[in-house]
Amino acid sequence: MELLTNRYRNLSVLALAVVGQLLLLGYQVRSRQDVRLVRVWAVTALTETSSALAAAGGAVGSLYRNYVWLVGVRQENERLSKELADLKLEAQRLRADLGTADRAQALTLFQSRSASRTIAARIIGAGTVTDSRVVFLDVGANQGVADGMGVITPDGLVGRVRAAYPTTAQVVLLTDPSFAAGVISQKHHVQGALKGNGSALCRVDYVHNEEKLDQGEWFFTSGDDRLFPRGLPVGVAEVVQKGKALKDILVSPSGLRNGLEEVLVVLEPVHQPVPDAKEPPPELRLLPLPPDEMTVKEPPAGSRPAGAGTDADGLLERYRRIGEAQGHVYGQGAPGSRPPDFNIAPANSPATPAKPPATPPANGPDVTPLQ
Amino acid sequence: MNQYSDLLRAGEQRARSGLRFQIATLIVFPIAAVLFQVYVPLAFPYVGYLELPLLATVYFALKQREPIQSLLYGAGTGLLEDALSHHPLGMFGIVKTLVGYFAASVGVRFDVDNPLVRFTLTFFFYFFHQFLHWVLARALLGELRGFSVQQSLFLGLMNSIVAVPLFHVLDRLVSRGYKASLLR
Repeated sequence: MELLTNRYRNLSVLALAVVGQLLLLGYQVRSRQDVRLVRVWAVTALTETSSALAAAGGAVGSLYRNYVWLVGVRQENERLSKELADLKLEAQRLRADLGTADRAQALTLFQSRSASRTIAARIIGAGTVTDSRVVFLDVGANQGVADGMGVITPDGLVGRVRAAYPTTAQVVLLTDPSFAAGVISQKHHVQGALKGNGSALCRVDYVHNEEKLDQGEWFFTSGDDRLFPRGLPVGVAEVVQKGKALKDILVSPSGLRNGLEEVLVVLEPVHQPVPDAKEPPPELRLLPLPPDEMTVKEPPAGSRPAGAGTDADGLLERYRRIGEAQGHVYGQGAPGSRPPDFNIAPANSPATPAKPPATPPANGPDVTPLQ
Repeated sequence: MNQYSDLLRAGEQRARSGLRFQIATLIVFPIAAVLFQVYVPLAFPYVGYLELPLLATVYFALKQREPIQSLLYGAGTGLLEDALSHHPLGMFGIVKTLVGYFAASVGVRFDVDNPLVRFTLTFFFYFFHQFLHWVLARALLGELRGFSVQQSLFLGLMNSIVAVPLFHVLDRLVSRGYKASLLR
């Protein structure tokens, strides 16, 4: 024993260390069990150490990068500022595109639901005279636009085509002093002449003091001027005052409320009745139209007899008969030619529709849907 | 109290300081080597061939020239390496125990401060380490993996190239720490 501890001490310790580890190894292999505790301790200790080292290294590195190594920071800052400015411009452009897409979608929906035949147009320019309210459209005579045609948006009347050129058309807005149109109020059916005022509001002339008219009442086109079809929303009476003999009425045009970018030119106008001003009971909350009725579905050909179908189809059929009775072909008349008389009832006409249009303008007049 | 007792007390103090330094290096260096082995190749894969725990074992064995301390140092380093490996505990432990013992035994007979001797010994012990590990894995664990002599020789060469300057740096660190402990 003394020999082992003194003379062969090193070899004895070596043998002990190796045999001990061999036994540990053999135990693990034989029992297929790991010495989990040792591993957990080792891994935990090393992980904590490395985390602390990594944190310290990260702090030192961050200090170095943020306060010492600043080569090229100025150039990078300038580059990033330029990129930021470009991205802001891009974001602004994309927002504008998104708004344009929304308006175009609303316009398309309104166009598909309108009884009148219309063509969509984009406003590409304004008039040169300061106080005139004139714009230019990107459609013209080549697309069927003619002088005197009405220009509308889903929100209401916009103006009238003053001059149609081959590729563009000049439109007088209804706020221009030279503009005039026949209008009728929704609730009391008061008729008058809408005239531009050169400002944001239009006035309605020729309404006597004795006639009843409420403030906030809607005006629609009356169709009497034979320029605009009946039933187009015009605006809300903002000011109603008694004058000397005639009322002083100022109307806020609904068609210009949301700005103008895209409009519809009415190629073939179709009169529609002015919707009734029935107010829903206050305790009732109207639901929006079901999804199926929000979209216009084309029936299969031959599935519906002529003259039947929606009110708009009835009106369309009525005006087709009027045109045939008077020998008028829609879309063929020269600019300024006499339009057919829509007030003459055609022979053998189907039942006249008396229902309001299905699409009131946004924030539009009071109508009772789903009648 | 006389002058002789003061000298004795100062000598004991220096011995304790040296011991503290030795313990610190004994604990810190192997942990740092294993940490390097585990984490640094994640960011720099090309340094994965470096067997730093082995280099640390060889260095301290050559430096200490104490077989028992060296084999225990190698066993501890190897077991720490085992704990972080997928092998059972003891594989690296046994190999590095033997490396520590033989390196310390050789260190008594050679001038281990000579770079050429260090290079040669590191190369030899690397090859020995790899071969013994392969033998143990094959014999004790039944692993049927091959042993590439050329690869082991090449990696041994690489580790030896790294070991010479590394050992020199460690020499400086150890001597500076030891001098500092003597000056306290």
